[in-house]
Amino acid sequence: MQETKKIRKKASILQNECVACGCCVKVCPLGAISIYKGVYAQVDEDKCVGCGKCAVECPASIINLISK
Amino acid sequence: MKQKKQWYDYLWIWTTIYLVMGFFNILFAWLGLACFFIPLIISVVKSTKGYCNNYCGRGQLFALLGGRFGLSRKKDMPKWMKSKWFRYGFLIFFFIMFFQMLWNTYLVFAGAQDLKQVVTLLWTFKVPWHWAYHGTLFSDGVAQFAFGFYSVMLTSTILGFVTMILFKPRSWCVYCPMGTMTQLICKAKAGTCSTGSCSR
Repeated sequence: MQETKKIRKKASILQNECVACGCCVKVCPLGAISIYKGVYAQVDEDKCVGCGKCAVECPASIINLISK
Repeated sequence: MKQKKQWYDYLWIWTTIYLVMGFFNILFAWLGLACFFIPLIISVVKSTKGYCNNYCGRGQLFALLGGRFGLSRKKDMPKWMKSKWFRYGFLIFFFIMFFQMLWNTYLVFAGAQDLKQVVTLLWTFKVPWHWAYHGTLFSDGVAQFAFGFYSVMLTSTILGFVTMILFKPRSWCVYCPMGTMTQLICKAKAGTCSTGSCSR
């Protein structure tokens, strides 16, 4: 039997460059992003489906979709 | 998470009214102090950037104009513009200009300087604004502060508008002095500085 390997993409945030504006939180359809103590955004990878809406929205363009 | 619209999702209306009112009666500029104190209070008391995240009418206005109205090119902003030195540098520059404005207000209060009925755009261009001034019951300094503060608000809106067109809708949020300041407060309170990883 052949095993199909799924490539899953997840949003990945460069936390060092994040300004914690919250634009990504607003557009995430799954509520997978939260702002950690007003310092940076973090992704709940169990919830993220890799739709990429946050990456488009992020004003600093620091969210990338990365295969996990 | 995309949810039902909340009351605070309409705060862009307040921002619009604020900017328009400045063209009719400059004394309304005083109300803009809310945009300075509320974010600071939220960051100090609640240690969050709740203002940026939920209540910032300016951010919403840019998101609306750049997003739904399609006025933004939606390109990445240049690297230097989101760098720490530019963000902190802009914050310091903003502070210096703000204190200079307060100093001018003080001089008018003290009677050492006459009221100047101008709005200074981009810290350089003095635009006659006498048509929005109908006198004040108080000292001329009250009006001077209104002119100065409205200058700050209009200047930052223009800057944000230009970067909204050139880059992403809410590009302003990246270098917004209030945003940088509230994030610094949150960083200090979260203790990400004391552990030596202040850059986080």
